[in-house]
Amino acid sequence: MYELREGEFRNISGCAISGIFSRSGNRFSGRRIIDSMKVMHERSNGLGGGFAAYGIYPEYKEFYALHVFYDDTQARKDCESFIDAHFDIINLSRIPTRKTPAITDEPLIWRYFVAPHPTRLAESQLDEKEYTVRCVFAINTSIKGAYVVSGGKNMGVFKAVGYPEDVGEFYKLEEYEGYCFTAHGRYPTNTPGWWGGAHPFSLLDHSVVHNGEISSYDANRRAIEMYGYKCTLQTDTEVITYIIDFLHRRKGLSFKEVCSVMAAPFWSTIEAMPEDDRNELIYLRSTFSSQLITGPFSIIVGFEGGIMALNDRLKLRSMVVGEKDEMVYIASEEAAIRVIQNDLDRIRAPKGGECVMFTVDKGDE
Amino acid sequence: MPVDYLYPEYEVIRNYDRCINCRVCERQCANEVHEFPENAGKMVCDSSKCVNCHRCVALCPTKALKIVKSDHTFKHNANWSGKAITEIYKQAGTGGVLLSSMGNPENYPIYFDKMLINASQVTNPSIDPLREPMETRTYLGSKPKEIRRDQDGRLINTLPPQIKLSMPIMFSAMSYGSISYNAHESLARAAQELGILYNTGEGGLHESLYKYGQNTIVQVASGRFGVHKEYLGSGAAIEIKMGQGAKPGIGGHLPGTKIGGDISRTRMIPEGSDAISPAPHHDIYSIEDLRQLVFSLKEATEYQKPVIVKIAAVHNVSAIASGIARSGADIIAIDGFRGGTGAAPTRIRDNVGIPIELALASVDSRLRSEGIRDNVSIIAAGSIRSSSDIVKAIALGADCVYIGTSALLALGCHLCRSCQTGKCNWGIATQREDLVKRLNPEIGTVRLVNLLTAWQHEIKEMMGGMGINSIESLRGNRSMLRGTGLNERELEILGIKHAGE
Repeated sequence: MYELREGEFRNISGCAISGIFSRSGNRFSGRRIIDSMKVMHERSNGLGGGFAAYGIYPEYKEFYALHVFYDDTQARKDCESFIDAHFDIINLSRIPTRKTPAITDEPLIWRYFVAPHPTRLAESQLDEKEYTVRCVFAINTSIKGAYVVSGGKNMGVFKAVGYPEDVGEFYKLEEYEGYCFTAHGRYPTNTPGWWGGAHPFSLLDHSVVHNGEISSYDANRRAIEMYGYKCTLQTDTEVITYIIDFLHRRKGLSFKEVCSVMAAPFWSTIEAMPEDDRNELIYLRSTFSSQLITGPFSIIVGFEGGIMALNDRLKLRSMVVGEKDEMVYIASEEAAIRVIQNDLDRIRAPKGGECVMFTVDKGDE
Repeated sequence: MPVDYLYPEYEVIRNYDRCINCRVCERQCANEVHEFPENAGKMVCDSSKCVNCHRCVALCPTKALKIVKSDHTFKHNANWSGKAITEIYKQAGTGGVLLSSMGNPENYPIYFDKMLINASQVTNPSIDPLREPMETRTYLGSKPKEIRRDQDGRLINTLPPQIKLSMPIMFSAMSYGSISYNAHESLARAAQELGILYNTGEGGLHESLYKYGQNTIVQVASGRFGVHKEYLGSGAAIEIKMGQGAKPGIGGHLPGTKIGGDISRTRMIPEGSDAISPAPHHDIYSIEDLRQLVFSLKEATEYQKPVIVKIAAVHNVSAIASGIARSGADIIAIDGFRGGTGAAPTRIRDNVGIPIELALASVDSRLRSEGIRDNVSIIAAGSIRSSSDIVKAIALGADCVYIGTSALLALGCHLCRSCQTGKCNWGIATQREDLVKRLNPEIGTVRLVNLLTAWQHEIKEMMGGMGINSIESLRGNRSMLRGTGLNERELEILGIKHAGE
């Protein structure tokens, strides 16, 4: 029987998200994020869970880590010959998993540490990141049965169909140590049953976990596709990831500016600002009006050396931020923070549209 | 010839029990339908002169009048309609081109009426515009290609000149000449009060309306009537009129009888001479020529004003729009085949052009597929009848709409479609002083402001229902539309799904 896959229909879902970040860059076990997600079991329905982990491959931190799902060995052969033609493969292996009754129908899950093939890269006249992005798009859209789950440096995405805590067990996430973990539990209104459709969604080192349903979806999608992105999954998370990549990597906006585009202040707020800020925001809002996101969302964005969180302009989704010493905790529910760190220095609910950002270097919000 | 006598299409019915012979109807009718012959002792009327504008009906103090469609008929014929027959009689009698006014009234599909709007349920909350901010502010213009920063890392404002609107609606081009001074003044004042723009049309700008410049689009058409440096500098934007939805392929025509003192001075042509705009701009025979005019106008105004290029929706509108989007123009206005006019050859009005919904969808898709949608904003025009038409147009991809007929209706127009006679009893499409003064600009302004305030409110309600609190998130958001009763090809062009999908 033909099974509908993610991307063949518009998939709407509610969700749970969580993130843990060390401002000093200390690495800790993935066990903590599993524990945090477990508390929010009710916010998922077992149809998707996943994690993004940063700082987990220090020995390969110079190389792009491709996490890839394959439907079958033919897909793997096709994909590997593509990777081989476009990259130098430094290392490859199956991603270790453990059998658990809650997780079934797993694809072949492989990991490659690669560097862009120098000659090919030079021929392409692209920078290294754009080259890698285009290769990832090429695999995902043209190699049947192959799907690149993540492809950033010193990071990886681990996701599956199942409850997040079971997904964490399946991938042995407790054996990884990183300075940042984000997680997602999914409550889709459809049942695709395809692993690639689970979240986080990532592009290069940016990963996004998202709770909500954006009402601006098709406006955002049609605008971003004009710049060469292909929204193959028809999910909010995918389009949000591309918007962040477009604004931050390609247009050079800071994350704070990215936030004031995606969750722009209301015009009435902008009018009341001091002149410099006002002009800057009018400029950003009118220049990037198609990247404004409306409707409810809370997102946590992981990136190399940092974490960012953002709520929609009206704060139509819950999200709290807790801090203890150099550790930062962000989650849909306070309970998901308390269960792993009850002794907090402070905890607060960011305002709608407020850019919450922490980086390893500066440690500033 | 007896054959030239046509029984009137509409009949004036007077209730003599109510009529008090006050003769208001007689004084109000510029078509001289009503009279009070001394020997008759009662009001009589000649229905053959009646244009069905309802002026007498609306002003009759005792509600004694009504206009009904005549039941006089030709022998039924599915092929030869009464209209077709009478038009042949008219042309055989006069040898002339048939003239008509206002938009195409024929029975073609209205796609706006075959699209339905989405609303949120459960997974996504609707937003209440009475309790939450709901933004309709719109900027029109080209978007910057690159982001630049100063030494301190602050963004440099590289935004080309923009039009700022409180809502995505403007009054479309209607020239001073085709409509009255009081109609123009009403539009200008309402635009100022609403924070939107009106459009001079091709007849220049009366000197006493220069003070509304910040709310004015000055038009440059093929006749170049009334175009001079001060005129170009007086508005907030300049529009090059390449075509008009009601009469694609031909230029405007204002008869000499309408060209009196003020209009002659404003248009810079002699009194009483016909103002006939050439069909093409004679300095634009191809797209590269258009580019030169765009930049000539920008040079003349020191790159301070966005330039709009207005075209009629014709068959290959998307390829034309693609050329315009690369011509240096900031905004493209597309005028659909239902768009209004003060006078047009009937055959052209009723048979040339395509529906705005299809043209708009096609242009928006084409510009996106070529990656140049950000080069320009799109204005959709050509029969926007309500706030829901606007929501649908924006979801299809428009940044903004022009309204013409709707604005005239607000001023009192009853769509009798007789503008070309110059005897508008409502003081709109006329230059006869006694008729013009019937339109009070104070009241006209209030009615226009009322209409758009109501529409803005309705737009906000529909946006809130979709969970959208800013108009830019509706623009091009085609998943918010579903079609009913449309075939696959139509759905494909509109880029929407069928209801139920």
